[in-house]
Amino acid sequence: MAVQQSSRQAPLKRGTRAEGTGTRWRDELIGWGFVAPFLVAYAIFLIYPVLRMFEMSFTYNSLVGAGGSQFLGLANYKELFSDPAFWSSLWHTALFTILSTPPLVIIALVFAMLTNRIRFAQWFFRFTFFAPFILPVSVAALIWIWLYQPGFGLISSYLGVIGLGNVGWLTDANVAMISIVIMTVWWTVGFNFVLYLAGLQEIPRELYDAAAVDGATPLAQTRWITIPLLKRTTILVLTLQILASLKVFDQIYIMTYGGPNFSTRPVIEYFYDQGFTNYRVGFASAVSAVFFFVILAASVAWFMYSNRREAA
Amino acid sequence: MIGGGKQIVTFWNLFGGGDGARLGTMESKFRKGHPDLGLKSITLAWGAPYYTKLAMATVGGSPPDVAIMHISRKGSFAPAGLLEPLHPDELSRYGIGPDKYLPEVLDSAKYQGKIYAVPLDTHPFVQYYNVDVCKKAGLLDSNDKLKPLQGPDEIIKALKKAKEVTGAWGLSFYPSNDPSGNWRLFYSLYSQMGGKILSPDAKEVVLDQSKAEKALEFMANLTLDAKVLPASMDYGGSVATFQSGQAGFYWNGEWEVTTFQDAKMNFNMVPFPNVFGSHLAQADRHSFVIPKGVDPESKKRSLEFISSMLKNSLTWAKGGHIPAYQPVLDTRAYRSLKPQSNYASAAKDVVIDPVAWFSGSGSQLEIIASGIFQVVMAGQLSPTKGVNQFRNDLQKLVNTPKPI
Repeated sequence: MAVQQSSRQAPLKRGTRAEGTGTRWRDELIGWGFVAPFLVAYAIFLIYPVLRMFEMSFTYNSLVGAGGSQFLGLANYKELFSDPAFWSSLWHTALFTILSTPPLVIIALVFAMLTNRIRFAQWFFRFTFFAPFILPVSVAALIWIWLYQPGFGLISSYLGVIGLGNVGWLTDANVAMISIVIMTVWWTVGFNFVLYLAGLQEIPRELYDAAAVDGATPLAQTRWITIPLLKRTTILVLTLQILASLKVFDQIYIMTYGGPNFSTRPVIEYFYDQGFTNYRVGFASAVSAVFFFVILAASVAWFMYSNRREAA
Repeated sequence: MIGGGKQIVTFWNLFGGGDGARLGTMESKFRKGHPDLGLKSITLAWGAPYYTKLAMATVGGSPPDVAIMHISRKGSFAPAGLLEPLHPDELSRYGIGPDKYLPEVLDSAKYQGKIYAVPLDTHPFVQYYNVDVCKKAGLLDSNDKLKPLQGPDEIIKALKKAKEVTGAWGLSFYPSNDPSGNWRLFYSLYSQMGGKILSPDAKEVVLDQSKAEKALEFMANLTLDAKVLPASMDYGGSVATFQSGQAGFYWNGEWEVTTFQDAKMNFNMVPFPNVFGSHLAQADRHSFVIPKGVDPESKKRSLEFISSMLKNSLTWAKGGHIPAYQPVLDTRAYRSLKPQSNYASAAKDVVIDPVAWFSGSGSQLEIIASGIFQVVMAGQLSPTKGVNQFRNDLQKLVNTPKPI
């Protein structure tokens, strides 16, 4: 689509260029001048650290200065690929993404559609669904730690009534990840909700009126008008959500410390542990480098898929 | 520079809650006694991130003048050259020389014969008990003191009796999602049998399979068979459970003493019981360290500050910690401090974490051990498999090239 646009605009551009190369150069310079401050910050705080990360991943570089910059070849990578703890942490990140993305998208869409129907005091619902998102992660996590508390936590005491009081929400290795997903959905669904609500409000009312005149049921209207017209929003929401889920760390670090027995430790905590608790920056860089390519691969795959869908 | 030409001592610590408040009292005493000196005290979060920050600041050339360090962490700080060695004569000049501590306490502040830290306290793992509950359970003598408990069977029997009285639990403890709790309990039990984790040079794992299994079986017994303790209890829950009278006993470090005093509870404290043949209990010590690279003048000011803090450590003792500074320990004021002085004898019967770059409070060793033992206590891993996993993970840490 982008390609089509630029080829359509090309003749126009050529026309303006005829005015003289001088103005064009000045325009370009001014443009670069405006971007420069950002580019400098980008180079210092992003590009340089990423390059350093790749460099350090080939050394035993340590946080406290030892190890130096002696080139080791692929020793860190070899150690990393043979460490089951790395693979399991990578799987936990993937599992969290698989478990959290569908509810975060579907619930956001459903809430947005319901809210969009409300004419009276809509602001209240917009506010309510979005409110948890403005909480800092530490507050949201602490609230849920107490809710999940076995014995006297709110959830346990309610579930106790139907005989389900003894779930070790954060302490049972089989349940802990699900508990974190539930907390994350509550905490962040508001962001996707707002994006969907904005998308819904851009759909012209006339389409629904026309459909109603033709005798389409509300369900058919949702299926054939709302969802197709929200396609671009959905692609945006999914893209942002997958990236956000892959980055999971904070709430897990606070709520379970990656436990019980590392059953919820995401890959980011794995390299945090290696780099900052064990001081092994070289090794942690190797882990980050591998994860960098995992995210890159996921992004490229998703980009290609969604481009095809958008074009279809 | 700031404060009108006043010389400033910057001090990093990791004390929150009641400890933080008592530290504040001691700091204001220092300020009053030293109007010529300024003090900038910075409290950071407890645990691994604190030590990361301290190490990075020291390497980066902008460390604080003086900082708190757990003695168990010396294995990752002293060999890395991050600490200033302290000469005995220099310390004596400030009244905090080597003769002012128990030999065991001073030894723990040394690395390869040199003193790197000035000990402030010993904080052992102890046993709290609810006097009312234990009385109803018939566990007290005629003076309302706990009858001595010894051996796994006797202890579990007592915990079961306490459970009958409370109708909830016999014991409160925090097996769940805590980076240190299970390690503290395991290391206490395992050390009571004379077990060692690492060789002195930390190059070899010397874990004793049968002793470690025995310790883990006892821990799993508490939650699985005797059911005197829920495997799902975490730290916050454990404090609340003991405070609300839902457990007769509480195993934890002594630092929660003021929590229960403030709640006007009828409780008492004794050293951790003799389960497997001795009274040894896991402990650590808070100490003052001077990071490498400070100039001699600020080192003098820091020693002045440390000296003032140690001499005022009776305030510190109220929070439960056993002062390391003997002159304070020998005062009548300390001896009449109850229940804190009841377990003062425990300061000698302690085991500090093995010395290695990956050990100590909030370290990878404690985190890994606590995680494995948690699933053992939840019944999701057998004690034998738990010990095997612990051994493998230890071996992995030992094999890892030292980052320091």
